[in-house]
Amino acid sequence: MTGYLLSRLRQMVPVLFGVVTVVFLLIHLIPGDPVEIMLGESALAAQKEELRRELRLDRPVVVQYGEFLLGLAKGDLGTSFRSREPVLREILRRVPATLLLSAASMVVALLIAVPLGVLSAMRQHSVVDHLSGFLAMLGLSMPNFWLGPLLILIFSIGLGLFPVSGYGTAGHLVLPALTMGAGMAAILMRMLRSSLLEEIRQDYVRAACARGLSRRDAVLRHALANSLIPVLTVMGLQFGALLSGSIITETIFSWPGIGRLTIQAIEARDYPLVQGCILFIALCTVIVNLLTDLLYSRLDPRIRYE
Amino acid sequence: MSERPPWRRFVLRVARHRAAVAGSAVVVLLLLVAALAPLLAPFDPAAQSLDAGLSGPSWAHWLGQDRLGRDLLSRLLYGARISAVVGLGTVSLSLAIGLLAGSLSGFLGGRVDHLFMRLADILLAFPGILLAIAITSVLGPSLRNVLIALSALGWVGYARLIRGQILKVKELEFVQSARAVGSPPVRLLLVHILPNAVSPVIVEATFGIARAIVAEAGLSFLGLGVQPPAPSWGAMINEGRHFLFVAPHLTTVPGLAIMITVMAFNFLGDGLRDAMDVREEIR
Repeated sequence: MTGYLLSRLRQMVPVLFGVVTVVFLLIHLIPGDPVEIMLGESALAAQKEELRRELRLDRPVVVQYGEFLLGLAKGDLGTSFRSREPVLREILRRVPATLLLSAASMVVALLIAVPLGVLSAMRQHSVVDHLSGFLAMLGLSMPNFWLGPLLILIFSIGLGLFPVSGYGTAGHLVLPALTMGAGMAAILMRMLRSSLLEEIRQDYVRAACARGLSRRDAVLRHALANSLIPVLTVMGLQFGALLSGSIITETIFSWPGIGRLTIQAIEARDYPLVQGCILFIALCTVIVNLLTDLLYSRLDPRIRYE
Repeated sequence: MSERPPWRRFVLRVARHRAAVAGSAVVVLLLLVAALAPLLAPFDPAAQSLDAGLSGPSWAHWLGQDRLGRDLLSRLLYGARISAVVGLGTVSLSLAIGLLAGSLSGFLGGRVDHLFMRLADILLAFPGILLAIAITSVLGPSLRNVLIALSALGWVGYARLIRGQILKVKELEFVQSARAVGSPPVRLLLVHILPNAVSPVIVEATFGIARAIVAEAGLSFLGLGVQPPAPSWGAMINEGRHFLFVAPHLTTVPGLAIMITVMAFNFLGDGLRDAMDVREEIR
C-alpha cells in the first residue's frame, strides 16, 4: 500500500505541475494587452504601468513563471485586483459555503439514488425499473442552469416552501443542493443498478438464499454493501464535477461560495482571483481523486495494490 | 441464402431500438429547424417591440415575447442553429484532434504515448466546464471562442478512447498478418487498424454532441458564450430567470428545448452502443 501511495504521489507531481502551468499560461493567453483589458482603454498610462508592475507583467515570462511557482510554494496566490486582499484569503473565506453545498448535494444524490437503484435492480424490467431509468435519463439531460430556475418556480414562487436565494438557514440549502445533486443522483443510480445486478448473480447471494434468507434480505444485507463500493468511488471522482457545477448553481442561488466568487472575479476582470479560483478547484479535484483511489482499497479488502 | 452485410445488420438493429429511433427523429428535426430557421421563424429574432415586452403566448406570438418584445418562437428556432453549430463543430474539431493524437499515441507507443497520457491527465484535472470557463474568460465571449474552449478539453476523451482501441486492435491476428506481409505503417494504421477501432468513438461522439450543447448553453448562461442579440438557448434561460414571477415561459421553453435535444442525442447514443454490442438484446 505504501509503495502504491508513493507511486501515485510520484505520478501526481507532473500533473500538479502541469495544472499550475496551464493556469499560469491562462493570463498570458489574453490576446492584446491584459492590463488594458482589465482597466479599459480609458485608463491612464500611469495606472496601467502600476498594474503592470503589480502583476509583474513587466518582467520576462520565464521570470514571472518562476515567481509564480515560488509564490505558490509559500501559499501566495497573488493579490485580488479589486479587493486588494490576498487571493488565498478570499478563496478560503468562501470554502465553507461550497463544502456545505457539495456535501448536501452528495447526501441528496444518495437519498435519491440508493432507493431507486436498489428497487430497479431487484425488479429488473419492471415498471419501477423503467420509471427509474427514465428519471435517470431526465436527471442526466436536465442542465443545472435550467433545473435551478425550475425548482425556484415550483417550490419558491409556486408553493412558497423555500427561499428564492441566499444563505444562512437549512431552507436556503435545499434547492441549491437539489439542483447540484440531481445530475449526480442519476449517475449514481445507474451505477448502483448495474453494480447490484452483477452482485445479485454472485454465488454468495444464492448461498444466502439457500440458507433460508429471503431474496430481499440477501440483497440488502449482503449484495448492497459490495455494490456500493463502485458507487462511492464514482462519487469521489464526481467531486470535481460538483465543484465545477457549483459555479452555475451558486450563481443562480446567490450562494456565497467559490463558484460565485469565480464568476464575480470574471465579471470584474480580476484575473489574479480568476487564476486562484481555477487553480484551487483543479487542485482540489486532483487531491480528491487521489484520496478516492486510496480509499477504494480500504473499502474493498479484495483489492490489493502492487 | 446470402447473409446481410454488417452495416445493414447494424442499421436494422438501430431501427429496432425504439429509444434510438425516437432520438434520431428529434435529432433530424433539430437539424432541419437549424437549417430552415429563416424560413420557419415568423419574425426576425432580433426585432424588438418594447411595449409588448414580457407578453404571454398569443395568436401572433405562439410562445410569447421576451423582455425586449422579441418573438420567443423565432429566437428558439434560431437558437437551434447555435446549438447545432456548437454541437457538431465541437465534436468535429475534438474528433479531428483526438483521432490524430490517439492514433499516434496508440500506434507509436513509447515516449509519444507517455507524453500524451501525462497531457491527458493534466487536462482532465480541470473538471466539467471549468477549463472552458477559464479559456472563454480570457479569450472573450464569442461563438468561435466557445468552440475553441470546448474542444480544448473535448479531444482528450476521444484520443484516450481511440488509443485504447488501437492498442487492442493492433495485436489482433489480421493486423499482425498484414504487418508480416510488409504492409507499411501508415497503410497498417489507416486501412487495417483505424476502421476497426472507430465504432466506440462514433457512440462517444453522439454523447459528445449532447455534452457540447449543454456546455455552450451553460457558458452562454454565465455570459461567457455567444453574445446578445444572438439567441443562444442558455442565454435565453439566463435572461428569463430574472422574470420568473411574471413570465416563467421565458425560462421553461428554452430549457425544455435543451433537455429534449440532449435526451435525443443520449437515446441515439444508447441505441448505437446497444446495436454495436451483439450480446445486447434490443428492446
